[in-house]
Amino acid sequence: MAERAPDRVVIIGGGQAGCQAAASLRQLGHAGEIVIIAEEPDAPYQRPPLSKAYLKGEIEAERLLIRPESFYAEERIELRLGERVTAIDRAARRVTTDAEQGEAGLGYNALIIATGTRPRRLAAPGAGLGGVFELRTRADVERLKPALKPGERLCVVGAGYIGLETAAAARALGCEVTVIEAMDRVLSRVAGEELSAFFANEHRSRGVQLRLGARLEAFEGAGSVSGVRLAGGEVIGCDVVIVGVGVIANDEIAREAGLVCDDGIVVDRAQRTSDAAVFAIGDVARRPLVHFGDRMMRLESVHNAIEGGKIAAAAILGAPHPAEDAPWFWSDQYDLKLQTAGLWTGADATVVRGDPAERSFAVFYLQAGRLIAVDAVNAAPEYIVGKKLVSLGAMVAPGELADKSVAMKDIAARALART
Amino acid sequence: MPKITFIDAARETRTVEAKNGMSVMETAIKNNVPGIDADCGGACACATCHVQVHPDWIAKVGSPGSMEQSMLDFAEGVTEFSRLSCQIKVTDALDGLVVTTPESQH
Ligand SMILES: Cc1cc2nc3c(=O)[nH]c(=O)nc-3n(C[C@H](O)[C@H](O)[C@H](O)COP(=O)(O)OP(=O)(O)OC[C@H]3O[C@@H](n4cnc5c(N)ncnc54)[C@H](O)[C@@H]3O)c2cc1C
Ligand code: FES
Repeated sequence: MAERAPDRVVIIGGGQAGCQAAASLRQLGHAGEIVIIAEEPDAPYQRPPLSKAYLKGEIEAERLLIRPESFYAEERIELRLGERVTAIDRAARRVTTDAEQGEAGLGYNALIIATGTRPRRLAAPGAGLGGVFELRTRADVERLKPALKPGERLCVVGAGYIGLETAAAARALGCEVTVIEAMDRVLSRVAGEELSAFFANEHRSRGVQLRLGARLEAFEGAGSVSGVRLAGGEVIGCDVVIVGVGVIANDEIAREAGLVCDDGIVVDRAQRTSDAAVFAIGDVARRPLVHFGDRMMRLESVHNAIEGGKIAAAAILGAPHPAEDAPWFWSDQYDLKLQTAGLWTGADATVVRGDPAERSFAVFYLQAGRLIAVDAVNAAPEYIVGKKLVSLGAMVAPGELADKSVAMKDIAARALART
Repeated sequence: MPKITFIDAARETRTVEAKNGMSVMETAIKNNVPGIDADCGGACACATCHVQVHPDWIAKVGSPGSMEQSMLDFAEGVTEFSRLSCQIKVTDALDGLVVTTPESQH
């Protein structure tokens, strides 16, 4: 029999979400055991710098840590690093891990699944060649970094945020960079055309070769990659490839345990799965978004990971439901800070405020007169006010938004009066 | 090594050693000082690392940059002594710095 501790919370996954859940449980007064079982060898760390400052070598590994190692001992949080949960037995309320083959496993009173996502792999021939990398973990960066030497030719596959940040970092490191994207614009999944055009232009002016609408057919090389072949036969020579074509939810153990999944583990507003004793948070969870009519979404962001951790901890302890933010995200490329809030899909109008040529502007996305999202480049007031108005579902006037002579403060006041 | 004193909302005081080049926010996190969330990890994107600089120190710490100022313009409980602690770099000149953390960052 697995030993049962009536007040033990087990957390699977030691990323941003799992770490937050543990911290919030203690903050809210949970007195029982907290065990984090985490596959990676590192204590919970931040991923955003992996494609930004850490990749460029501007900060050392210690500064990636979400909490210092002493935190876990002080807060009596047991961190089992380098250990993987292999199965969840919901009837017996216990998990089995690869470190205790054949043993009874670890019992839980509440279980939090925070297993995140993993990079999608391309099925193209040659994907296993040396010099072909992905970028998700610190270990990935340690393997990749030595390859990004000045003058090396890097090919980035996929022009999402991570791909473009990596391209910018590699330029700063002195690499020759080509970005290959299957769609006809960069950032096509996450932003509207105005923002895509701006970033495409920016990368080109920094010397990045952008190949849009280009379908990758194969990686070429003997042992190590020497080029990528596009549909049509053209080969782009390169020494290093980074594949950034989206992620897959690590929801297999949940599915095998019979929890309802749909590209991610389906949860309710309290992050509870189809089993009342099991919660799912962070990248792996598909949750209803309260600011968007409870639309079910699987978000991949620090905000979502932290918020999910707080919500699950509160639900487990019967504490009040924490306030939810509109989804937010940021991206750093070159000297540009992009800050975004809301969800742009479903917009029926966009308004640009400011001049992209001045490298400080914002794109507002509207749906039936309401603000549903904002992308702000070097434009913090637009971001902050936009985020607030999105979370309130505020009615906005396109003419006002476009008029730089009307301050964001005044736009906020008028929108609130109208809503 | 410079020392920084954090006073929390319950007036409890913690003095910790800081490292030059790190931010005041990182110093707090590294020393398990409560009251600072720092959701974005110092990217100046979340405003959950808001502190009040002790009036005696505000001149030395200096005023916020324009991005930080905009973030503060719309944060709660902002005063003339408000700063985002992730944007304050620790230097020898800040040895003895005193900052107050709020009850909540939201
Ligand atoms: C390069 C990069 C840059 C990013 N930049 C930004 C940014 O600028 N802003 C932003 O908001 N977001 C950014 N993100 C996204 C953000 O980092 C993620 O949304 C966030 O890390 C999700 O946290 P999580 O805890 O849900 O999952 P993860 O961080 O993926 O953590 C899950 C952990 O669980 C472990 N695990 C999985 N299965 C098991 C198992 N069976 N047993 C034990 N452990 C298991 C995994 O090994 C992993 O360590 C970035 C991500 C990457 C990769
Ligand atoms: S840590 Fe997010 S703004 Fe300071």
